[in-house]
Amino acid sequence: MPMRPSKEWVAIKMAERGGRGSGGHGSLDKSITLPPDEIFRNLENAKRFAIDIGGSLTKLAYYSTVQHKVARVRSFDHSGKDIEHEPLYEISVQEEITARLHFIKFENTYIETCLDFIKDHLVNTETKVIKATGGGAYKFKDLIEKKLGLKVDKEDVMTCLIKGCNFVLKNIPHEVFAYQKDSDTEFRFQTNHPNIFPYLLVNIGSGVSIVKVETEDKFEWIGGSSIGGGTFWGLGALLTKTKKFDELLQLASKGQHTNVDMLVKDVYGGAYQTLGLSGNLIASSFGKSTTADKEFSKEDMAKSLLHMISNDIGQLACLYAKLHNLDKIYFGGFFIRGHPVTMRTITYSINFFSKGEVQALFLRHEGYLGAIGAFLKGAEQDNPNQYSWGENYAGSSGLMSTSPDVFPMQRTRSGTFDMFEMDRLERPLVNLPLLKDPSTYIPDTVDLTDDAMARKYWLTCFEEALDGVAKRAAASQPDSIDASERAEKFRQKYWNKLQTLRQQPFAYGTLTVRSLLDTREHCLNEFNFPDPYSKVKQKENGIALKCFQSVIESLDSLGWEERQFALVKGLLAGNVFDWGAKAVSDVLESEPQFGFEEAKSKLQERPWLEDSYSQWLERLKEGPPHKCALIFADNSGIDIILGVFPFVRELLSRGTEVILACNSGPALNDVTYSESLIVTERIAAMDPVIQSALREEKLLLVQTGSSSPCLDLSRLDKGLAVLVRERETDLVIIEGMGRAIHTNYYAALKCESLKLAVIKNSWLADRLGGKIFSVIFKYEVPCK
Amino acid sequence: SSFIALRKPNGKFFPWFGLDIGGTLVKLVYFEPKDITAEEEEEEVENLKSIRKYLTSNVAYGSTGIRDVHLELKDLTLCGRKGNLHFIRFPTHDMPAFIQMGSEKHFSSLHTTLCATGGGAYKFEQDFRTMGDLQLCKLDELDCLIKGVLYIDSVGFNGRSECYYFENPTDAERCQKLPFNLENPYPLLLVNIGSGVSILAVYSKENYKRVTGTSLGGGTFFGLCCLLTGCSTFEEALEMASHGDSTKVDKLVRDIYGGDYERFGLPGWAVASSFGNMMSKEKRESVSKEDLARATLVTITNNIGSIARMCALNENINRVVFVGNFLRINTISMRLLAYALDYWSKGQLKALFLEHEGYFGAVGALLELLGSA
Repeated sequence: MPMRPSKEWVAIKMAERGGRGSGGHGSLDKSITLPPDEIFRNLENAKRFAIDIGGSLTKLAYYSTVQHKVARVRSFDHSGKDIEHEPLYEISVQEEITARLHFIKFENTYIETCLDFIKDHLVNTETKVIKATGGGAYKFKDLIEKKLGLKVDKEDVMTCLIKGCNFVLKNIPHEVFAYQKDSDTEFRFQTNHPNIFPYLLVNIGSGVSIVKVETEDKFEWIGGSSIGGGTFWGLGALLTKTKKFDELLQLASKGQHTNVDMLVKDVYGGAYQTLGLSGNLIASSFGKSTTADKEFSKEDMAKSLLHMISNDIGQLACLYAKLHNLDKIYFGGFFIRGHPVTMRTITYSINFFSKGEVQALFLRHEGYLGAIGAFLKGAEQDNPNQYSWGENYAGSSGLMSTSPDVFPMQRTRSGTFDMFEMDRLERPLVNLPLLKDPSTYIPDTVDLTDDAMARKYWLTCFEEALDGVAKRAAASQPDSIDASERAEKFRQKYWNKLQTLRQQPFAYGTLTVRSLLDTREHCLNEFNFPDPYSKVKQKENGIALKCFQSVIESLDSLGWEERQFALVKGLLAGNVFDWGAKAVSDVLESEPQFGFEEAKSKLQERPWLEDSYSQWLERLKEGPPHKCALIFADNSGIDIILGVFPFVRELLSRGTEVILACNSGPALNDVTYSESLIVTERIAAMDPVIQSALREEKLLLVQTGSSSPCLDLSRLDKGLAVLVRERETDLVIIEGMGRAIHTNYYAALKCESLKLAVIKNSWLADRLGGKIFSVIFKYEVPCK
Repeated sequence: SSFIALRKPNGKFFPWFGLDIGGTLVKLVYFEPKDITAEEEEEEVENLKSIRKYLTSNVAYGSTGIRDVHLELKDLTLCGRKGNLHFIRFPTHDMPAFIQMGSEKHFSSLHTTLCATGGGAYKFEQDFRTMGDLQLCKLDELDCLIKGVLYIDSVGFNGRSECYYFENPTDAERCQKLPFNLENPYPLLLVNIGSGVSILAVYSKENYKRVTGTSLGGGTFFGLCCLLTGCSTFEEALEMASHGDSTKVDKLVRDIYGGDYERFGLPGWAVASSFGNMMSKEKRESVSKEDLARATLVTITNNIGSIARMCALNENINRVVFVGNFLRINTISMRLLAYALDYWSKGQLKALFLEHEGYFGAVGALLELLGSA
């Protein structure tokens, strides 16, 4: 990727020359518990500010450019050189600039000190205006203009809210969740639906706004209600003399509404059977307080009020949903904002009034919608909507439950800062066109939010592997003086993430092995370890290339049927070489000679744990050659060169075109797209089949758009998707634990597929009913 | 037993009662025969006569029972008998005393059936049997409600129209109460506002369904008023409300946007957040009890209007009839409902009201008694 010569670059240079400034931390309120430069990150090159000031919280948004170190591979010019003793290619660490969105949420009390801090650190002088939204924008207009010297440009609250909502619904996986009561996992995250429209947004602020959103730009206020969060707060304060909203909710969570409300059974003595109304249903809210002589407890009144308001909102929302024929309602506003108590009562109400036909849904980044929308309004020049964005797990705080009873530890968070960062992905991501049903596709095989045993195991597993990962990261940059310091920072950051996830598994959406791996990659990148395995991969690729010809020769000497089996065994054996799995990295570090043949001998004998090899062989024997195969490659070295390429070569010989898809960015020892280009070039030089296929464009190399050791088929590079369609791909091959077991094990495709992997984790093997090094060979044909 | 009660051709013994035992109030209708012959008079047993005299010569019973004299229907012909229909109410918590009285007056010796509807017909059934030796005939409250509405509307209110509406509801100066002819009533949305609220879509005499209900009803208004103002009667609460100003308590659209919120077509006077101003300590300290009572009334009324309007839209019905005792002596709420329905539906929906507000269930129960020969 070429470096983009841009104004941001100049800004960075200026910042470097000017140093980081004198700090100015002293001016910040002492009660801010995080170092401010870790909150307002990359201010040096920040631009396009937006601010959303609510009743108690301020949300600040800006766009920055982040300078990353990236590992690049570049082919040597080998003419006249001694190939035997030179590395295969050159690795250089370069600077790359990517775009990032920063969102910071803090209490209004800090607004002045925060503005001071921003002013002190803002270098970019292009910025002239700040977009502002929210009820408090009026109040703080003068302060902002004075402190920042920027013109405040006001934007409509609801327009911002909806713009922000559309943006997160499209860009953030697991943004949406349903609340479930009495469940180990309160939050049930939803798969992103390819089409987000139309939907109903019910914003419960002081009042209630009900908005129907039909397209990106078309929305309509279809109704509202004056009974909202302000009613709970205002009436609650009058009834209980409790002033704070959170305290009112706490009171409510302890109360018994049946002492204040008149229930159906109070009127009927039991249920109202003719209508099927349960005796516990509320017939009249506050119907028992119709007396001047009796005292009612604060808790009971607060609870009754909460039920009254939640039920009322739910009922109206259902009536509007019915009138407009909608079945999804997203709820937001300060009444909801992460409060399990209100999510529970609203969900109950929606279920009751819609008889289960309408779903109450909530958003992980609900508090940021206004700020995101205001930011987007101001950033139209940069076309943020044309890109795909990804949540940066390293820079985002994640969803915190504010329930004081559930997570007392997290209470300390209020009064500090919450952050949300999104990285601009340089290429747009789309669904794999071959997905059978994109709206129900779930990449991940095990939901760790749901499965407490599995969660415990994997969190421990990642904790135990952490020291090794940090060590390897430090070792990967022997020439850098601060490598070990950064590695330690990485270790600390990822360790903290793991601890957060132990407490709040739902912090970043559904917790999965994939999300744990991705979070680790994000944290490594954060501390400039873009590719700790680059040298290992380089070495392994070199070794494997040397064996390529002899492997091909021995395969060619076999009869057809034996060759097919040998090819599959080769693919599987290659897959044993995986630094991502702890068991294997142990073996590889202690026994460097552990070779391809030995790997084969370690493989489980047939029948495999999952074994549809016979059907596959039958298909090859009886059926016509596939038109085009899409292969998602896994590891560098032996895997890609001695496992995948012979297989590709066989497919090509059968007349099947091959699209070989490798990751855009590095993750563990996975082969990257740029590495695959060099490797392929080298193989082509040795092998006429590969060479002519490349020339005739029957073998195509593409990038996935991902930098994850797992595979999300709903977020793939657009170019890949186009090619898949053009070449009428009718076979998809997914290999490796990350892509075929942790993810996509149950993925249903429209065409034939092969999922193969060796299970290199004894716990997982045990779960699947096998032993370590068990083989998964899953050949699937879609039912007609 | 030794007495001979009055017998009519259809075999219905006097006294004719219809009882509706709600969550807060008991509604009793009593048919007083005015065509009693001398022979009948002579044969009428003593306790029956004393019940008739007691009910018709008083307007208050004990400390809590009240006869709504202004609602009395005169010279009504019912089941071939001419007489007056009386409307009496008392709080549900006095039910035990009522049953006790029935027991003392040997009500069970009269060969009549006591038809009762409302939740209390179920709740107090056992007490009636054990304390009063009376077998209740329990009737469904919604069946009774609809029967009662249709009947009373058909007989009219002593020559006047039972049903009325407010003309020009959005214009305080020109707004006036006018009779409405409910001759072809279907389909109609019937909103019964008692302690809670039930909303029915009525397509014909026999065909209706309960669309929904809400727990935010008359009981909520009264209950919250008691807590907020320390008042102890519904009348007191309404009186306070009539002197209060809800805009001091509620946050209006103009309080937030400085005027109309044009983006959404919201007028500045609309309530954005009920009790929204009460989030502020200073404002909590500056409002009066009257203001709070008024805000409570406006909040509950607007909400009922809102839900009724949505139901009307979903059911594709444009006439909404509001009944129930929440509306008794409550012109503020009636005019507000008329206004809200007219304004938010842009004149598409009409709010209708009935003079006998909360008594239709009891009337329906009486009709069941006479109809089930």
